[in-house]
Amino acid sequence: MLRYLDIYWVMLRNSLVREMHFKANFLLWMLVELLWFTGQIAFLEVLFQHVNQLGDWSKWEVVLLVGTHQIIAQIFQAFFYVNLTNLPELVRTGRLDLLLLLPVDPQFAVSTRQFGLDNLLNALVGLGIVLFSLTKLGIHPSPSQIFLYTGAVALGVTIHYSILLSLNVLTFWTVRAQGLVTAYFHLLGIGRYPETVFHGTFKVIFSFLLPVLLVANVPAQALTRTFENPTVGILELAAASALSLYASRRLWTHALRRYASASS
Amino acid sequence: MARGKYGTVFSIGLQNTFVYRWNFLLKTLFSLIPLAATVFVWRAVFSEGGSDTHGYDFHGIVFYFLLTNLVDTLVTPTEDEWQIAAEIRDGRISAFLTKPVDYLAYRLSLYASYRIVYTSVTLLPLALLFWGFHDFLRMPQSSATWPIFLLSLSLSALIQFLMAYLIAMLAFWILEISTIVFLLYSFEYFLSGQVFPLDLLPDSFQGVIRWMPFTYEVFFPVQIFLERIQGPLLWQGLAIQTLWAAILLTMARCAWNKGIRHYQAVGG
Repeated sequence: MLRYLDIYWVMLRNSLVREMHFKANFLLWMLVELLWFTGQIAFLEVLFQHVNQLGDWSKWEVVLLVGTHQIIAQIFQAFFYVNLTNLPELVRTGRLDLLLLLPVDPQFAVSTRQFGLDNLLNALVGLGIVLFSLTKLGIHPSPSQIFLYTGAVALGVTIHYSILLSLNVLTFWTVRAQGLVTAYFHLLGIGRYPETVFHGTFKVIFSFLLPVLLVANVPAQALTRTFENPTVGILELAAASALSLYASRRLWTHALRRYASASS
Repeated sequence: MARGKYGTVFSIGLQNTFVYRWNFLLKTLFSLIPLAATVFVWRAVFSEGGSDTHGYDFHGIVFYFLLTNLVDTLVTPTEDEWQIAAEIRDGRISAFLTKPVDYLAYRLSLYASYRIVYTSVTLLPLALLFWGFHDFLRMPQSSATWPIFLLSLSLSALIQFLMAYLIAMLAFWILEISTIVFLLYSFEYFLSGQVFPLDLLPDSFQGVIRWMPFTYEVFFPVQIFLERIQGPLLWQGLAIQTLWAAILLTMARCAWNKGIRHYQAVGG
């Protein structure tokens, strides 16, 4: 375990050094992410000109939800996104061979090579929005609430990870990855809305089968909606992230077994 | 020879793109998820008694998003900017410089064939979608709306293509254009009306919206089909749309001519 931490630390440092070579690129990426986030907040401004509540959530509760989604998505993207979306290219070119030869777990090797500092800064923007919403709502969260929120955010990152890993593992079969990344954004994007808005089959599918609705809703509820017992949501989220992590790991090992290198 | 050289390019494009039919299908299926979420969100808005929504009711707004999705499928380029940029970066455009082929016309033919394959592959899911929402469909009252809509739609396609082409021209000067492409995407996504109808923005924004090119990428033809824009404003809009197409075409030609002079034919 300690060895993995050592390796990870070296990779983080290399990644940062590399990133600082392309400062303009770094700033532009930050700007892109910031624009998306501003667009979402603008959308909420437009919506709440016409209503006072959305699925019984008030405006600042929804803003806090969107901020939470931002924190989770950006932390995930900082640590894993680029690495996982690189997987199809590794498979197509056969360069995955080199990673398989390393004396570490192959899943660790493909998940952790690069790191995005810009995403981490954007996660801080999300945190700022959450704190601002809390003052607007007049909520002073207790230490136990903050603890639950932090834990739920970590569990949410796990779900993001499992879903994008599974989507990219599919390229062991399809070779072409185009469209899969869009699928990830389409899928996880619905987690920005209060889950009370959704009904029927749609809600069942995206709460249990592909639990994307839990990701940001559970931590946001733990902070704002104290009248709903947070434990149930947290347990549900914990079970969902454990299951999806397990399922994606199974899919990965299964895919790896049928990997026949491209070049040799 | 009857088809001419760009006709041949078009048919080669058809054959090449057909390989990706499963990707197209997958992409379309996944894009239904945010669409469904949008329907839920607006249902919640209207069940809260959403007021003063600029003449949209629940059915109207759902139909707005269905049409936006359809227009987006029809005209938004998927791969074109990446391919053009790659051809410049890898030096593959050298082959065109020695041939009597106009690169812009060549890419436009390819764009047209991609759009046709993409649309025909996604036709079945789209037809199912529209059938599922048949209660929400409102065909135009006036038959004159159809030709005007089709005209505006073709102009939208031209604007979308030229924007992608223009962005890809940057590859003459910089190696990595992906950040700039995504920067443009984020503007296009929000400002072409794919997140919410642009006329829901406060009045102070409406002047800017009328003159932006993004409005004419998706939002404007949809407004024509919904007959929400009529009379002098319609003609003014069409004039602005044509103007943008002309401006972008001029810019695209200039960028190519400048780029070629800067071009070093890497690897060739």
